[in-house]
Parts: sequence; structure tokens; C-alpha cells
Amino acid sequence: MTVTRRAAFAATLGFALAVSAGAQAADPIKIAFIDPLSGPFATTGESGLRSFEFAAETLVNQKGGVLDGRMFEIVPLDNQISPKESLIQLKRAISDGINYVVQGNSSGVANALTDAIEKHNKRNPDQRVLFLNYSAVDPALTNEKCNFWHFRFDANADIKMDALTDAIAENQDIKKVYIIGQDYSFGKAVADAAVKMLGEKRPDIEIVGNELHPIGKVKDFTPYATKIKASGAQAVITGNWGADMVGLGKAIIEAGVDAPIYTYYGAHDGITATFGELGEGIIRSVREGSLNPPTPEFKALNDGFKAKYPDNDINQPRIFNTVAMLAMAIEKAGTTDPVKVAYALEGMEYDTIMGGKVWMRPSDHQAIQDVHISVHTNKDIVVDADNSGYGLKDEKTVTMAGKDSPTSCEMERPDA
Amino acid sequence: MSATETGSAATGKSGDRTGAEPAWKRVADDQMRRGAFRRTLPVWGAAFVVLMIMPLLFSSAVGVTIMNQMGISIVFALSYNMLLGQGGMLSFGHAVYFGLGGFLSVHVMNYVEYDGWWLPLPLLPFVGGLFGLAFAVPIGSFSTRRAGTVFAMISLGVGELVAACSIIFVAFFGGEEGVSGDRTMGPPVFGSEFLSEVEVYYLIAGIVLVAALFMYLFSRTPAGRMANAVRDNEERAEFVGYSQRYVRFVSFCASGFFAGMAGGLFAINYEILTEENLNLVTSGWVLLMAFIGGVGFFVGPIVGAIVLTLLQTVLSNHTELWQLYVGILFVLTVMYAPRGLTGLVAMHGPALRTGRLGILARAYGAAVVPLLAFLAGVVLLLEMGNVANQSVVGESEAHVFGLTLDVSTVAPWLVALALAAGGGYALVRLAPRLRDAFARATGQAGAAS
Amino acid sequence: MVELVIFSLLNGLVTGLLLFMLSSGLTLIFSMMGVLNFAHASFYMLGAYFAYTISTYVGFWPGLIVAPLLVGLAGALVERYGLRHVHRHGHVAELIFTFGLAFLIEEIVQFFWGKATKDYSAPELLQFPLFTLYGQNFPAYKAFMILISVGIFIGLFTVLSRTRVGLIIQAAITHPHTVSNLGHNVPLVFMGVFGVGSALAGLAGVIAGPALGTFPGMAFVLGSIVFVVIVVGGLGSLPGAFVASLLIGWLQTFAIALDWSVSDLLDILGISFDSEHVLRDLWTLSLPQVAPILPYILLVLILIFRPRGLMGKRET
Repeated sequence: MTVTRRAAFAATLGFALAVSAGAQAADPIKIAFIDPLSGPFATTGESGLRSFEFAAETLVNQKGGVLDGRMFEIVPLDNQISPKESLIQLKRAISDGINYVVQGNSSGVANALTDAIEKHNKRNPDQRVLFLNYSAVDPALTNEKCNFWHFRFDANADIKMDALTDAIAENQDIKKVYIIGQDYSFGKAVADAAVKMLGEKRPDIEIVGNELHPIGKVKDFTPYATKIKASGAQAVITGNWGADMVGLGKAIIEAGVDAPIYTYYGAHDGITATFGELGEGIIRSVREGSLNPPTPEFKALNDGFKAKYPDNDINQPRIFNTVAMLAMAIEKAGTTDPVKVAYALEGMEYDTIMGGKVWMRPSDHQAIQDVHISVHTNKDIVVDADNSGYGLKDEKTVTMAGKDSPTSCEMERPDA
Repeated sequence: MSATETGSAATGKSGDRTGAEPAWKRVADDQMRRGAFRRTLPVWGAAFVVLMIMPLLFSSAVGVTIMNQMGISIVFALSYNMLLGQGGMLSFGHAVYFGLGGFLSVHVMNYVEYDGWWLPLPLLPFVGGLFGLAFAVPIGSFSTRRAGTVFAMISLGVGELVAACSIIFVAFFGGEEGVSGDRTMGPPVFGSEFLSEVEVYYLIAGIVLVAALFMYLFSRTPAGRMANAVRDNEERAEFVGYSQRYVRFVSFCASGFFAGMAGGLFAINYEILTEENLNLVTSGWVLLMAFIGGVGFFVGPIVGAIVLTLLQTVLSNHTELWQLYVGILFVLTVMYAPRGLTGLVAMHGPALRTGRLGILARAYGAAVVPLLAFLAGVVLLLEMGNVANQSVVGESEAHVFGLTLDVSTVAPWLVALALAAGGGYALVRLAPRLRDAFARATGQAGAAS
Repeated sequence: MVELVIFSLLNGLVTGLLLFMLSSGLTLIFSMMGVLNFAHASFYMLGAYFAYTISTYVGFWPGLIVAPLLVGLAGALVERYGLRHVHRHGHVAELIFTFGLAFLIEEIVQFFWGKATKDYSAPELLQFPLFTLYGQNFPAYKAFMILISVGIFIGLFTVLSRTRVGLIIQAAITHPHTVSNLGHNVPLVFMGVFGVGSALAGLAGVIAGPALGTFPGMAFVLGSIVFVVIVVGGLGSLPGAFVASLLIGWLQTFAIALDWSVSDLLDILGISFDSEHVLRDLWTLSLPQVAPILPYILLVLILIFRPRGLMGKRET
């Protein structure tokens, strides 16, 4: 009985694998998109996927592709935001002959992927993979954990904090700052950088609170807001994202804390709509890619995007840089060989659609670009978020932020 | 191999109570240990052969990856069933032992790489197992005092505690990004450094076979048999002279050991352990695997691990609703097939033995088309509903069964509804005939009417 | 410090009373049917989502009444067509069933409402600070939550102690067999109690949705805490559930408010530690950091040392 059952299983598995491996086309250049497409973080993943598909379509395919007509094809692979599932999907991508992997949600996943890709490339030199990280900002990825195969297109947490603390330092009214974040590598990196940089730029500022809360487990942020209010903070810095960002922001505003809240991820994906009027002039975000005022090219791009996906926004402009720069690198290398493409990416300069340049720094593969501090408002908003009429307006721009920032990266380079 | 199946409260006729303990034990042991095990030897041999040739049948990288994951899940689900199926202990925190065993294995892997420890890779799962055991002993010492709800609640509390600690104690758990290692740094085993997936497959397959064999043998030992007795009736088991608490404790520790072993396998295969490996989701997932497979059978969790791994890895690439399907499957199993998928197959045992499977085959044959129509209709409705709920302008196409359907038109909806309703109606009409055929085939014709 | 204490007391009260609305229903269900309903928090989530959808058409207030009724109906149907079916397989099977149900409801919610946080907010009428103390606002909506919870507590207490149905329920808690021997339709009472318990959870969801967020994970976040409450309070004891709800509400808020840490304690004792030590995470542990796990520590301790809970009469 057991034998027949196993045979039946074998047949099922065979069928399943045949189905999944069946649809292979030879010509397009496939890019594996490994991010959450189910579960609690699916919204972020889906929004990223739509941007990638739109970018590949408008920036590459409609212009005739690369290398004389090869199109970009985004292959969505759901990792359920789990490192384990990501590695399975990575293997799936590799067995499909894919050489380019993009990922962004969660530095934990990015750490797992960069590690696995380095091992894979070492063990299988004939089938190497490039990792284009569009959103995971843990500084370690371009410092002690850097490798030749990883490229980061977002500004890392330290670079963003540098710009953010510049903005705080300019405001002489701020004497007391409260730092609160999620209790994990990214939250800690944000807190450490904030303490260090504020100490250098404005030694007179008192850090009245430096707090980590459990990630994704806090039901009610009111007790934290009470504490922040009681501390007399005149500014709050947080790296929170997702539900933790909404909960914290709402609680702080409702408690009557009349201080700017400096965030990394305080906009889009439902967050802007939820803050609405409450957040006017209070919530500030540090980010790359200027949304308001938009360049005419970006306005046109955004109109096209909104026509196709009315409920989503282009909230990660770096995705468009990633796709465009990859296309440029493949053209420049004249091949899709990952090693050659990686060398072509190193040191590349690109004029973005949102205005400003991106420079892929060769020493650590960190993209250097303009970083903006923008405020949540409904005045002078051309490109709004969540169709709420509210959006992000630039208040301050740091050109080529972190161009000379130090890195501890020492990567081994393969022979070209 | 369905010998472990035990009806509730089947043990403990009056003779057992009065009979002296050694005599009872001797009879039971002799029967179970020698007879039953010898009879299963061919099955183990066949399993060995199947495991060895699987990579030849499915040689693609994805195929091997999925089979590796299945192997890990099989050991984990079997260890879970030592609690739920054999011991009657419902645990909501079994991932704790899996995760802790795995975390320690990765650390040992790193000691091998950086501190020059000597440990061949195939021994690593046993290290993980010992660590799982080391945690199961203290926790089991208080949590196994009672079965049932108390045990379930303590396991939930301990599970939440350990999962939360994994974020707090960064030195051991590595925080949110976890701890990673490199399996290839140990001494080569038979010339293998475990660089490729297939080498890892054979390692996992070997460990799966060894672990499954030991778990099976454990269920044949006095401790294992008593676990069944305690599950079915605590009082009667005590009358035989066993402390129910002690029996549960032994099962719990053994289960922790094998869960830790599965964690060690995980460490070898993925070379990374993170918080999610010991949180509530993983604990719930192993419950699903064991239960859907069938907790009353030794092979049940194996079936469950295979089916759910396939759903998770293959189905998830075809539909984003896969978790909804898993949820429906689970609830239906609890309601209508509490003995799991294996139970569904096993209930045809009597018909097979009496050679009356033919009667059933005819009845089932009549039901195949309506059933497929019903399932197809329901899946179509769900998938199209999902696309219709999404807000992508100009993308009203649902891709199901290789078909492309436009959900903004009425026709596909009508077809799907017709399939679901027609199939469902036909099934309802067929139900009495199926029941009748089943009763006749299993020889309960008289009793059924 | 005074303001911190006052506001922590108030915040803890809000959380505690909310927990009580959930745990009261769960306790009733457990007392009557012996079922620990894992899906209880899922009904809470359904309440919030129903109310959200209703509020997009006719505003907040009708949802306050209609949504709990719908959830109660859903609960009754689940009891009638699901739980009763599984009942014959025993309590473990029932627990597994409700576990699966919780899993399924989360998926169903995502199917119909999507995965993003819903913009379900408090009615305009209650969007003002009720009072300001030491410069800190206390939102009127929080006061409204307290009011509703206290109302439910009084209502429940009155029904249980003053009405015929309440007497039957109370009797069924202590002597279930006798009650059914007396000729009461126990299955119907079961269905009713399950429905009412679910409706209470739904009501909790309706009022908590705007304050704590309406998203598919909201049941998961709260689910196991409710278990902690009823086990700590003593299974089957309503007063116990009340005390434990407030206890846990305050435990969590004060743990966050008070910045005590192990290193402070070590400083007082004059012990220094090595910041590179393997156990460094232990030395720097602070109270806010461990706040979310305190309830589980409490749960495990109670189950070990006092299995019948604070005020329970029978062992778990």
C-alpha cells in the first residue's frame, strides 16, 4: 500500500514540476522578483512588483528591448517575506536559468539572499547570479557583509540618517529628540546612527528617549505616545514601517505631541491615507526620488502608471533606476553575462526620471543619489499618495548624499 | 504499515487491570516488537529504494530543493505526531525544539568553520537533536503534568516566550536576520563536501530513513505503547502501573529530540536559521501537516508533510490564494475526515481485503465527473473573484488551469457557477448511492440500513 | 511622573476593558461547552471589517449595532454546522477545529477585503480630545470605548444574575448534565451562547478597529493574549476574566512606561558587566523590551503553580 501511495505521490510531483518548468521562452531576459506576494506584507510586495513590471514595459520593452530586441521579463516569485522561502525561490530562479534577482522587503531576507548568492556563485561559477537590492537599507549589506554580486539602489539607513539629522540640526528650536524603532537590526542601525550623528552635529540636543519596541507585536502604541509626550520631545525619529508606523504615528498625534515626526517609511501603501489631515505638516519622510514638485517626465510616467494601477503609487522611484541601469549595463557589456554586467554597473552614472543623478559607487556597490526630506501635506501636491490628496513635498534636498561616506567593504572581484 | 492505528479506549479490558505488569508487558512487547516490525521490513526496504532513486526521477534543481524540504518536514511532522497522535498531547509550540536544534546546529557549523572543531556533517542533525532534547527535558518536566487543554496552553505560552526571546537575545538568535553558516567547511565524508543539492539530498534522505525507523521503533517500545494507552485512558493506564505523567514526559523528550534533528537538517539544507523557524506560524504549520496527513497512523504525518510541502512550494507559484485552499482543506479534514488523508485511504482496507473494491470503483467512477466539475467550478469562482477584487484597470484576466478568462464578462462566471452548482447537485444526488456502495463493499450492508 | 502614571492607568484601563469584552465571551463559551475557541479573536476581526464596510455606506453608528449582530449570526452558524459536527471527536478535535477556523477566517478576510490596512476611523463626533492634562490629550474615543465596555460588563452581569436565561447559563456552568436532565434544550443554549460570545467579540472589534487598526493580522496579534487572560483569571470564571483583563492591561502599559532595566539593577548592586559578553543581551534587558512577553511568563507561571487560575473553581 505504501509503495503505491509513494508512486502516486511521485506522479503528482512529476506533474507539478512539469507544469512549473513547462513555460520557458528562450529570448527574453528574465529578472526574478523575490518579495512577499501573499501574507501580511503582500501589499508592499505587490506595489513593488507593479512598479517593476511597469518600468520594464515603459523603459525597456517599448523602446525595443536591449541587445537588439531582447525584452525584459519580470518573473514574480513569492517569498512570503521568509528567508527560507526566499532561498527556495532563488533556487527556482537559478534552475530557470535566471541571472538577475531583485528584492527589497526586509533586510533579513536581503542578508539571507546575499549570503546564499555569494555561496552559490562560488560553488557554481558557470551559472552566476546578480542581486539587485532595491529597498533593503541595512548598512551592513554594503559594509561588512558586502560582496561583488550585490548592488543597492536605495540610499542606506546611514546615508538617510545623515540627511535627516542635517534637517534637525538646522532647526535651532529642537533641543530634545526622542528615538523609537522596531527591535531588530534595521531599527537598531537607525537608532545608533541617530545618536552618533546628532551628537556630532548638535551636541546640545538631548536624546530624551531611545527606545526599541517588538516588531509587529504592539497592539496599541498609546503607552509609548504617553511616554514620548511626558519626555517633552520636540522631534521624534523612527524607522518604523507598515502597521507599526501607522500605529505609532496615530498614537503620537492623538496624544497631542506637537512635534515633527521624522520617518523612513511614513508614506504610501495606505499610510498616507490613514494619516490624512492628522499628519499635516507633522510627518516627514527621508527618501530618494523627488515626487513633489515632479519633473515633467516623472509626471507623465506617473500618469501612465496611475491609468493602469489606479490604487497604487510609484512610491519607490529607485525601482525605475534599477531597471534602467540594468538595461544600460547589459547594453554596455554587450552580453548578459553577470560578471561583465556587474563590472558595467560599477561606477555607472545615470540621470534619473525624477531629476538628479545616480552613481553606483564601485567600492561598495552603494548607489549614491539625492536624498530628500519631504513633508506630509496637501498643499502644492501634484503627485499624491493613496489617492488621498495628501502627498510628500520636498522640504530639503541633499545632493549626492553620502558620496564620501566611509565603507568597510572589501570585496573579492572575479576575473572579468 | 497502519499497525499503529488504535481505536480510542481499545486498551484495558478487565484482564489487563488484574494481570501482573510483567506478564502484560511481555506479551505486548513480544507481539509488537518482533512480529509487527518484521512484517514491516519490506516496506522499509522499499522506502530505501524509492528514496535512493528519487533524484534520478526528479533531477531538476527545483525538484531536489522541494524533496529536501519534504525530508525535513517529514522528520518534523513525525516528531510532532509522537505528541499528538501517539501521546494525545496537542502542542502549539513544537517549533521551539525544531528551531533551537537548528540554531545550535548553525552555531556548531560556524565553530567547525572558524574554530576548527571536527564534526562530519551527517552527525550535525544528532547534535541538533541533543539540543532539542536538552530543552525538552526541563520544559517537559512541568508541561506534561497534564494532557489536553493545560498542555496545549503551556505549549502556546512557551512557544510565544521563546519566539519573543529570539528577537531579544541577539547573540544567540542573530535578531531578525538570523544566523547563517556554511555547511561545506567540515571534513569531507566519502569524498563529499556537500557542495551540491543532490549530495545534501542523500544526506537528508539517509537521516529521514534513520529518524523514521527510530521513531517507528519507539512507538513499538513499552514507552511508546503506553503513550497510546495514556492518550486513550489515563486512569486505566495508571492501573497497569505506569505513571501517566512519566509516560508523557518520555514521549515529549523523544519528540523534542527528533524535532531538534529536523532543525539540524534545516540548518544543513538552508544554512540559515531565523526567528520564523521557532515562532507560532511554524508550530501551526506542523500541526496542519500532521493532522491533514492523519494523526492516527504512523505514515500519516509523512503523507501530510509531502502534500503540504507541495502545496506550499508548487501551488503558491500558480495562485496567490493557496493559503485559502490550505485553510479550506484543513477545516474540511477536521470536520469530515478526522483521520486525515491516510484515514481516507485506510478506510478502504476492509473492502480491499474482501476483494469488493470493484463495487466501490463503480460508484466512485460515477462520482468523478461531478466532483471534478464541482471543484473546477469552485476554484474558478474563487480565482475570478480574487481578480475582480483587485483594482488593476485593464487587467481583468484570470489565469486558471492554463485558461485565460476575462472576469469583466458574464460568460465565465455563468460557466463557473454552472459547474459548481451542477457538480454540487449531482454529488448530493449521488451521495446515498456512494454511502450504500461503501457499506456493501466494507460488509456493513445490514448495519447501515 | 504623575502624568505618566495617570495616563498609564487610563491606557491600561482601555486595553484591559477591551480584553474583557473578548475574554467574557470566550469564558462564557468555555464554561458552557468546554471549548477553548481559538477563533474567538477572528470574530473580533470580523466585527471590525463588517463595521468598516457598513461605515463606508451609512457611517459609524449603524455599524455599532449591525456588525456585532452579523458576527453573532456567523458565530451561531459556525457552532451549528461546524463545531457541533466536530464535538463528538472530543475537546482536542474542537480545539484543532477552531485553530483551523482562525486560519481560514484570516484568509477569507484577505480574500474579500485585501491585505492592506483599512481606513476605518472613529466617527467625527468623537474626534476631539476629551480633556488635556499636563499638555497631554485624552481622546474622547477612548472614553467612549471605556463607556461601552463598562456598559457590556454591567449588562452581562445583570443578565446572568437577574434573568431566567442567566440562571440557566450559570447552572450549566457548574452542573451541565443536571441542566440538560432538567429538560432544557442544551444544543440551543450552546448555539445561543456561542452566538452571543461571538457577538461580544465582534462588538469589541467594532470599537477597537478605529483605535488599533483594521488589518488582516489584527486577530493574530490579540488572539493568544485573550487565552492568557482567561487562563490567568481562571477558566470559566467571569470575575476572574475581569480581574485578569485589567491586570494584563496595566501590566503591559506600565511595563512600557517604566524604563527599568537589568543594568539599572546591576548598577544599584554595584555589579559591572562586560559589554562584549555573550550574555550582554541579558544584562541590558529593559522592561519595555520584555513588555509583550510578560503575559506569557505569567501564563506559564500560573499554569505551573496555580492551574485553576486566580479565581477559577475547577482545574484547567
